[in-house]
Amino acid sequence: MTDDHDVDETPAQAPAQAQAPAQPDAPSPAGSTPLTPADAADAARLIAFGLQPKLQPARDAEYTELLRRHRDDPAFARLADAVAAGLGLVVLEVSTRAGMAVTAADDSVFAVRMGDYARRATADSGDRFLHGLAHLAVAAMAFPRPEDLADDGYIGRVTVNGVDAFVRQACRRLEERAAEGGENTDPASDAPGLEAAWRVYARRTATGATKDARRLAGSTTGIIAKAVAFLVDSGFLQRTGDDAGGTYRTTPRYQLQVRDMAGSAAMTELLELGVVPVGDGRPTLLPPDDADDLELVADAGLPFHS
Amino acid sequence: MSVRPLTLCDVTSPAPAAVPPQLNGPHRPAPGPAADEGLARRLRALACTAPLHDLDARKANLAGEYGVYAMAEVALAAIDLVTLTMDFDTGADHEQIVTRLLPRVAAQAPERPQSEHERVARWVLENLINVGSADRGFRVVYGTFGTDGAYVRRDYDFKLIEEVPGPGGTVFLRATDEAVNVLVGALDTDVTSAQIAAEVKLEVLVSRGRLADAQLAAEQARYRTVQYAETLRKTLDATRRNVRAVDWLNTVPDMIAEALDHVADRYRHENAILTNIRKVRDEAASGVDPEHKRRAAELVDIVKDCIRRHTQLQSRLLEAGPLFRAEQDRQAFASPAARSGLDLYGQLLAPVLTLPLERAGRVTDAFFARGTGLRTPSSVRVGDLVELLLTPPAEREHLGAEMPEPDLIATPDDSRFSEEQLASAMELLTLPADAPRRLSGLLADARLRDPELPYLVALLAVHAASPAVGTAYRQGESSLLFAVDDGTPLDDPGFGGADLIVGTALLDAAGMAADRSEGV
Repeated sequence: MTDDHDVDETPAQAPAQAQAPAQPDAPSPAGSTPLTPADAADAARLIAFGLQPKLQPARDAEYTELLRRHRDDPAFARLADAVAAGLGLVVLEVSTRAGMAVTAADDSVFAVRMGDYARRATADSGDRFLHGLAHLAVAAMAFPRPEDLADDGYIGRVTVNGVDAFVRQACRRLEERAAEGGENTDPASDAPGLEAAWRVYARRTATGATKDARRLAGSTTGIIAKAVAFLVDSGFLQRTGDDAGGTYRTTPRYQLQVRDMAGSAAMTELLELGVVPVGDGRPTLLPPDDADDLELVADAGLPFHS
Repeated sequence: MSVRPLTLCDVTSPAPAAVPPQLNGPHRPAPGPAADEGLARRLRALACTAPLHDLDARKANLAGEYGVYAMAEVALAAIDLVTLTMDFDTGADHEQIVTRLLPRVAAQAPERPQSEHERVARWVLENLINVGSADRGFRVVYGTFGTDGAYVRRDYDFKLIEEVPGPGGTVFLRATDEAVNVLVGALDTDVTSAQIAAEVKLEVLVSRGRLADAQLAAEQARYRTVQYAETLRKTLDATRRNVRAVDWLNTVPDMIAEALDHVADRYRHENAILTNIRKVRDEAASGVDPEHKRRAAELVDIVKDCIRRHTQLQSRLLEAGPLFRAEQDRQAFASPAARSGLDLYGQLLAPVLTLPLERAGRVTDAFFARGTGLRTPSSVRVGDLVELLLTPPAEREHLGAEMPEPDLIATPDDSRFSEEQLASAMELLTLPADAPRRLSGLLADARLRDPELPYLVALLAVHAASPAVGTAYRQGESSLLFAVDDGTPLDDPGFGGADLIVGTALLDAAGMAADRSEGV
């Protein structure tokens, strides 16, 4: 509703807008120009652009102009940020490469809820976990090294089958480690919540033949395919091909979202659970050197950190 | 292993102090976990056979008289087929397995229709995949005594045939390790040592001439080879994905060298076996027992297949080096990062996977809530809704897009001679049987009719120098053009060579027909 409102208002403001950029140009050193309703409309318009995540700034002259104004005019920038905050949005970055990168704050009307995302996930904790894990795994595959996540110019590439194989491999490694201990690690029957997470993934089928030759929705590749399709709609991934179940590349927005929002939120949750990945306090440039739990797995054929 | 301390630390925090007295205590409630572990392993092995027994138990529930079919036998055959068909890269094709199962199913009930045979084969295969369950796998519950003496029921999840994605979105079947283990009968054993054991056994058997056993052992060796290749493939795939975590300086080259040594060793070993069997086969060939000979020949094929699989494995190993180097280059030449980011895999994904589901779910929920971006809530206008509801559904294209009419282009006729010229030349060459002519005269005649014609006549005459008598005879021709060189040189402005005598030979058509009917 909000963006509809903004869009409706713009034509009416078009003449006002023509003079609006002219005003700050001249007295900008003073910075004391009072903001007009036209400026508020422009700020809201910029947020409206940000709410269309698949829209690329370079493709729209008006979007580019508003981004430029956000950069050059501090008062306008503050106004735009205030509009975003009022709508329940968090501004991640405003730049020509990422556009007006906004994301939903907690409890915002724009937030995505698991129940809306996957119907089955509300009833089944295993399915809920798998859907969440798929998103985490896509991010981990898209930015395999810490440097990749930090490097603004990095473009990650993921494939659906690649993500599945990569998580499966990690699960297998854990299975081998569990078997190495010689202890019986099969989960107890009456406490499904205590089952190790990797088991839930490992025992789910990777794919499955269906009558209409579509992907089996409940299989792990089906769940991952759903995740990447959703991320494409969020403007986080772009489809580049059909190989290996679908190939995708990341957008700057996805990097921002993972780096500034999702990664830290999940990390906080993990720390609250009392799990402290060793070496967390300092930058991890070379994972093998700093983490105790990244020891080489013996007899694995190839060295692999799990 | 990190699962254990995490889950148990709340429950038995003074564990190190509590456990020793319990182990030495006079009233241990049950055999210790060490003794139980062997039992658990056997229970799991037993569980893997359960789906097969289950097939025979449940066939009564199928609509129709399916009692005659031995479902467990079909199932084992299916697992056999999948194991042997699955290769280094792909798996077995679903339809192909069904087709290859059909002869066995048909043999069990030859009087039944083929559609029923196919239905049985499909039913067995689908049950081995366990299509009905969400995991497409099996779960068996069994009980063990824990370290504290408490009896715990546990779930054992396994698959017999799993579906894996193939190239181009297809789905392939693969036999799981559990299935291969059940099939081979060597439960829960180390892949490498079992392979060596199987080969030693084979060598002994071959040297003693016990071929029936040798064939069984050779097949087992092949199952092991397939399993071994599968293990290495999975590991190589993993390395390809996660290069950053690999020690390229020492560990990887060592490992590749080790694996290559292993392949070379197996290759030598299997070649030795091959030589041995060939000797046996050739000795058997001169002997009396054709069965022996057949067995030996089959054995040669099996060992050849083993060698082929090892060679395939070796080429994979050789490709690994350049791949690592390329990845290394890509990462080493990248400019160092201005700031360091979060290690998503090492710090998030890997620890999460080790957590119990309940706790892991909280982390993934947090990632999901912040990592999926935003959705603008859609608000529906009544006007749009009415229009939407009244729009007829788009017709689904069953036959695909319409084929465009092909645009045919006539190929130009580039024959040297026209039909008329050929007819004219043939007319000229239609000579009475008793009056052959010289080529020079024919050429002169031809030149009068058409300046191009002599070429065609010369060509036909040269052709006639070696007439297709056999063909003419078979086709029942009554006459045949022939040309003979009597040594007279050709005197002609356009051509040189021998002045051939061209004539027509009469063939005895009736006699030939009689001969033919006698021949038949």
